[in-house]
Amino acid sequence: MLETLLPILIFTALALAVIGALRRIRLWRQGRPSRVNLFKGLVALPRRYLVDLHHVVGRDKMISNTHVATAGGFVAAAVLMILVHGLGIANPLLGGLLLLASASMFVGSLFVARRRLNPPARLSKGPWMRLPKSLMAFSISVFLITLPTVGLLPEGLLEGSSSWLLALVLAGVVAWGLGEMFFGMTWGGPMKHAFAGALHLAFHRRAERFSTKKGGGRSTGLKALNLEDEATPLGVEKPADFTWNQLLGFDACVQCGRCEAVCPAFAAGQPLNPKKLIQDMVVGMAGGSDAAYAGSPHPSQGLGGKPVGEHAGSPHGPIVALQGKALVDADTLWSCTTCRACVEECPMMIEHVDAIVDMRRHLTLERGKTPNKGAEVLDNLIATDNPGGFDPGSRLNWAADLNLPLMADLKQVDVLLWLGDGAFDMRNQRTLRALVKVLRAAEVDFAVLGTEERDSGDVARRLGDEATFQSLAKRNIATLAQYRFLQIVTCDPHSFHVLGNEYGELGGIYDVRHHSTFIAELFDAGRLTFAPWKGGSVTYHDPCYLGRYNGEYEAPRNVLKALGIEVKEMERSGFRSRCCGGGGGAPITDIPGERRIPDMRMNDVKESGAELVAVGCPQCTAMLEGVVDASAEVRDIAELVADALVERSADDVSGASRQTTASTAAEEVIL
Amino acid sequence: MQPDLQQKQQQQGIDVAVLVSIGRHPTTGRARRAEQDARGLELALAIEAELPGTRISMLHAGSQDDSSEAALRGYLGMATGVGMGLESMTLLEQPEGSDAIPALAKHLAATSPQLVITGARAERGEGSGLLPYALAEHLGWPLVNSLASVEKVENGVVTLLQALPRGQRRRLKVRLPAIISVDEAAPAARQSAFGPARRATFAITPTTPEADSELAQWHLAPARKRPKRLKIVKAASARDRFKAAASKSEGKGGQVLTDVTPEQGAEAIYQLLKEEDVLR
Ligand code: SF4
Ligand code: SF4
Repeated sequence: MLETLLPILIFTALALAVIGALRRIRLWRQGRPSRVNLFKGLVALPRRYLVDLHHVVGRDKMISNTHVATAGGFVAAAVLMILVHGLGIANPLLGGLLLLASASMFVGSLFVARRRLNPPARLSKGPWMRLPKSLMAFSISVFLITLPTVGLLPEGLLEGSSSWLLALVLAGVVAWGLGEMFFGMTWGGPMKHAFAGALHLAFHRRAERFSTKKGGGRSTGLKALNLEDEATPLGVEKPADFTWNQLLGFDACVQCGRCEAVCPAFAAGQPLNPKKLIQDMVVGMAGGSDAAYAGSPHPSQGLGGKPVGEHAGSPHGPIVALQGKALVDADTLWSCTTCRACVEECPMMIEHVDAIVDMRRHLTLERGKTPNKGAEVLDNLIATDNPGGFDPGSRLNWAADLNLPLMADLKQVDVLLWLGDGAFDMRNQRTLRALVKVLRAAEVDFAVLGTEERDSGDVARRLGDEATFQSLAKRNIATLAQYRFLQIVTCDPHSFHVLGNEYGELGGIYDVRHHSTFIAELFDAGRLTFAPWKGGSVTYHDPCYLGRYNGEYEAPRNVLKALGIEVKEMERSGFRSRCCGGGGGAPITDIPGERRIPDMRMNDVKESGAELVAVGCPQCTAMLEGVVDASAEVRDIAELVADALVERSADDVSGASRQTTASTAAEEVIL
Repeated sequence: MQPDLQQKQQQQGIDVAVLVSIGRHPTTGRARRAEQDARGLELALAIEAELPGTRISMLHAGSQDDSSEAALRGYLGMATGVGMGLESMTLLEQPEGSDAIPALAKHLAATSPQLVITGARAERGEGSGLLPYALAEHLGWPLVNSLASVEKVENGVVTLLQALPRGQRRRLKVRLPAIISVDEAAPAARQSAFGPARRATFAITPTTPEADSELAQWHLAPARKRPKRLKIVKAASARDRFKAAASKSEGKGGQVLTDVTPEQGAEAIYQLLKEEDVLR
């Protein structure tokens, strides 16, 4: 009797799964077109899954092993089951393998169940709580129905009239397992992540972010909006304005909440939970309300969290309401610091920051609704090329006594020193002076653009004002095209990222280096000598735009080591570094929360026991120094290096160049 | 405004014309939407929100080129959401150096809006602040300057709040049609958005330009920084110092004229200008 029932069950489940898959695909195809090479993507899928995805999942060994056992067991069991029970190929070898696969899956599901016993807050509950049971139902039932195939149970056991009941129960359990695993996979159950996830990996919008045999990939620059073509929507107003593979990506979310756990805005009690945001997008794509969401909500002041069930949307309805509520509130989108911690942690390779900036673009470019100081900053950028509205002619005032060489005079140098908007900020001017001192000590052939430099466009772009970004970028690129230089060095990771990763799409391709990288190189080349460190203990704060955006974790640490400093690492450092709260225009939009992000970061510093925190970003300096009653001092790496500089011996200086005399002159002023 | 009233006036929105000029950023001199004119448009949008059915038209007299177009689009970008009639701006085309007043007056007389809103003073050109007055004279309409807000429009009478020095406000009732001019006392203009600004169009209307003969005779030179007169405060206590800093200096001398005929008022002003050597 099972012989007849099983194929029916299996093929019904498969057929339903196919119908579900087609429906799901239709949902994704509501999105706008995106050019990806489908074939190449499918070919790359195994590598992307086994290498890139497991690189992220493997950070939690326990889960990664669990997943290997469960998912591996399931995939093998599913295929074998179709062969053995579906098509009736009762080969004992296949049967044996099937037993093995289902056993492995069962062991995996025990661990899944264990994790669900006392799940951390970041995990979603709801249907996810039944998943371990469904996994067990599937694996046990498959195991049992396969036993007769290999002859471990008498063939007739389930045949006799007395065993009808047993067979029926078994068939029921098989149906449950098949329902969750096959049917649920494409009809929106927890197993959806396997189907959508695999396709998402294959058709990812940023194919460059995956590693190849040649080495690791990274793709962090925002994609440019086509402003020439007036038909291109300016950002994302409704779910269907995302590209189809972005929608597919949202659908791949496993609601593991890793993003939630690392999000600084969530931790600060600002109204943003990246996991919920992705689920909101899934709700919008399919149409409906968020009432079924079973994880932590977007935080909200006073309430603990925004109640679920009050927001709803549809694929062609607005995401942010003009009045009242729609799918997402605007302040959720404006809370993000674009720190990329969520993207870095997401095992499904979902691109939260792209989505958030896409939606911000609509709010800024179409609705003119950049909150708080946003509009003022953007107006300043348009009128004065800097966010503070300062006279662009005063960009070099801080260096009036330094006699900085200008590109306009020299035309050709080794290093173009990009100052960034920190040139208008008194605190950052100290860093810049220190950096100039270091460059002169190492006799670097450098020059600055001076008043020809403009804001890189970083803030405009993160605030969604792509038009102002592109206007600034194009003018900067035109300026840079007049001169010849080998590389750009900057002490501002935001400029670094924009010049290095985002100007390329607009035609500006440069070799950009953060000052810590450059100083490390100078030290390695023997061009800098340092006095031994005499200060107290030091920790290092990785700026998001240097670390996660550009993968530079080593150089700053190497510089500190060269200074004789042993870094006391904070718990969250390197790729897990916690944002200072200064990125993405967050200090400008200033969405209230229950805590401040920089306070939390300075608390991390305190817990490390360090008396000084070394930073490498003007934003981080400003944010961290703005913390009241901080336990540690904040110094830029350039300042630490400048303080430790030792005049090199006379033979080194002999044949003194113009720079040497200039540098002594400069030092007198600095010291 | 009471809801029933609002309903009644649904169909009775008024025609508002907002005069806009090309501004000039104080530090960089770049063309932009002029600060006061943008506030004027903001005021018009506020009337529209209160009084559905109101039609706003924007009017600019001048030449058309790339930088002025970008500046004018700054106003058009304030119209987010549809149905405001702000997808287009009327451009009375005339060459640089023409007098804007006759062109505007003619157009306004022809289209006869009920309310004309303008900034108090242009950011480039003469910037004399005389345009609202000259227009009022041309059209024979009342003019209210330094407007803070429009309270209501009812049966052809508009109730306005005019800003006076030191935060005082004066409520006025004015029969339409009227001209109102706006300075820093009015609410700040909303953000201008790129999308609507880019989509908007210009309705270009040719005019018979009249050269600004007076301007042509002028000699223009960049302003020199003039020394500021310092206020000497003899204050004994912090309170006195604060009061001295916060208060505007009271004019010495002068006289307050109340209940006088326009002729008497004009005579008094004429006398004063002579005394001060402004008129000879
Ligand atoms: S978005 Fe990624 S990290 Fe966040 S819950 Fe979903 S799968 Fe996990
Ligand atoms: S980028 Fe940072 S702030 Fe934004 S959602 Fe992700 S983790 Fe949160």
